[in-house]
Amino acid sequence: MAFGTPSPSHKSKKLSQSIAFFVFRLLSFSVVAILLVILGFILVQGISVISWEFLTQMPREGMTEGGILPAIVGTLWLVVGSMLFAFPIGVLSGIYINEYAKDSWLKRFVKLMTNNLAGVPSIVFGLFGMTLFVNQLGFGDSILAGSLTLGLLALPVVIRTTEEALKSIDNSFRVGSLALGATKWQTTSRVVLPMAFPNIITGLILSIGRVSGETAPILFTVAAYFLPKLPNSIFDQVMALPYHLYVISTSGTNIEASRAMAYGTAFVLIVIVLLVNLLANWLRRYYGKKVKMN
Amino acid sequence: MKRNFHKLGEKLIEGVITASGLVTSITVLLIVFYLFKEGLGIFSQTPVAEGSLLAVNRQNQVSELSAAQVKDIFDQEITNWQEVGGANAPIKLFEIDDITAYYTEEQLGPDFAFLPQRINEVVAKDPHILAYFPDEYLAHNFPGKRIELANISLGDFLAGRQWYPTIQPAVQLGVLPLILGTLWVSLGAILIALPLGLATAIYLAEIADPKVRNFLKPVIELLAGIPSVVYGFFGLVVIVPLIQDVFGLPVGETALAGSIVLGIMALPTIISVSEDAMRTTPRAMKEASLALGANKWQTIYKVIIPYSVSGISTAAILGIGRAIGETMAVLMVTGNASVIPHTFLEPVRTIPATIAAELGEAPQGGIHYQALFALGCILFLMTLAINLTVDFVSAKKKENR
Repeated sequence: MAFGTPSPSHKSKKLSQSIAFFVFRLLSFSVVAILLVILGFILVQGISVISWEFLTQMPREGMTEGGILPAIVGTLWLVVGSMLFAFPIGVLSGIYINEYAKDSWLKRFVKLMTNNLAGVPSIVFGLFGMTLFVNQLGFGDSILAGSLTLGLLALPVVIRTTEEALKSIDNSFRVGSLALGATKWQTTSRVVLPMAFPNIITGLILSIGRVSGETAPILFTVAAYFLPKLPNSIFDQVMALPYHLYVISTSGTNIEASRAMAYGTAFVLIVIVLLVNLLANWLRRYYGKKVKMN
Repeated sequence: MKRNFHKLGEKLIEGVITASGLVTSITVLLIVFYLFKEGLGIFSQTPVAEGSLLAVNRQNQVSELSAAQVKDIFDQEITNWQEVGGANAPIKLFEIDDITAYYTEEQLGPDFAFLPQRINEVVAKDPHILAYFPDEYLAHNFPGKRIELANISLGDFLAGRQWYPTIQPAVQLGVLPLILGTLWVSLGAILIALPLGLATAIYLAEIADPKVRNFLKPVIELLAGIPSVVYGFFGLVVIVPLIQDVFGLPVGETALAGSIVLGIMALPTIISVSEDAMRTTPRAMKEASLALGANKWQTIYKVIIPYSVSGISTAAILGIGRAIGETMAVLMVTGNASVIPHTFLEPVRTIPATIAAELGEAPQGGIHYQALFALGCILFLMTLAINLTVDFVSAKKKENR
């Protein structure tokens, strides 16, 4: 065999590589295609429904006409409520795991439990929220009960992102601060946290996206089938976007007639998700550049 | 003085932080406590609807029936006492409404005052009767024999094939169809998601150039961010009719629809976990393979995939976990028939969908309510097992290194 001419086996090697890579590329882009189909379908079908009236009016005629204002407001309440609970506790919890906990069985236990909580199905959160918050503590079907349930669901997400953010801070900053005589809390609050803050905020934003789309945990803790008024206090029931979508697409009084409303609601949910993701990406990029510049 | 104050503050803050750190652990323990407290209640209940009773004539040899037998009797599938261990005689069913066939309104008295007495007469007269009536009409000189149904046992609950949580006179709480339905849909989901997810992970980790990668990563993140109810809605208006047309089915709400939707939902988990696993392949190993004359593709399937196999299995397990616990999307597209699945083209019902669909109608503290919590326990244990397996696999991996 002449030197330099590729052997037949070499050729088939190359061929099999080309085929394999082609298949992988094809499959990867089919994932993109799936996303585009879902997004495109809902955005195209939904856009014609969206109007100022749709966003600012109460539902009418058995939820086949009018708007989705109470569901938007309800979801807003739930997002704010759950974040007021999950964000401080989640961040402190992340600080505990990464900064304060000694390498002991307790730390391992806490990490294991946080992992397990992240794996608990959302319907189980619903069951739990109903027994503890709605019945045991007597909050009833209320924004309070729903927010706490959703907050617990979001907790592992916040903890994990905080932990990751703190982990990425170089240890020399901590050592330097401590060497200057700062206490542990001073070091954590004035050196470590500000540096980790952009990543922590990204986690917060992503968990807002998660919370605003969850249905199963609010089924039995807050969500109202039809309630054409805005809530006055945290002990009121509210409608919520995801539950509203579920209701009008499966069990409304007239499923065909409310289809348009369903597309509109799905559109709003998708837009929330898109905004949340764009914001998170933008923050990451923005602060990523800033850190590099320093 | 000031220093002491500082020290106290530090201690206080440390206390708050530690307390926050314990919230998740306490939550998990509370979930276990409440779930099992309600769920285990089911095993101390009899399947007869509360406030009602079953009774037979005193001469009847039968004194015990199972819930399944009672259902079959009232469905007229069992019609002879011989089939349940009694004499060879047809079973005569008697329900409270039947009383008007025996007596006139006058004989029943004003406000049914004589009703208990009349029931006594009916039961005493017919040796082959099986009477089902409310407790309040039970006379204290009742001449019949009450049939006690055994409490629901763990075996009946787990292996029972019928889930009719509200039928009279005896509820059927067999969760086998629900467990199998859950596993069936999840299995289908993973069969769809694993090849697609793995291929994408390989592409992202080894083949794609950074530009493509930077485009694909946010796409996958977005896929993870879409709410499950939107997936369910998409499934309902697109995938379900499509399946109905393609396979020529009477209804498109099938296990297949659930598997497709769940498969898409499990993709981001599978992709990111297995990609991370592939990226941990030591550079030296890859380069050694390339230096030996292997090309990139050979390196991928002879070095990188074997090296990251534990990470890939973790990805698959996590994907299954995600699918098992998913509620809304499945509820909306699988048709929710509680039968043991045989093909992917028939409706199935999963555990989470059952809880979501039925809890609203189950009276609090009743047997149905407790049965749904028991389902919650099963679901919790399934996902716990999955999480612990993942923990175990990744701990093992660390050890090996």
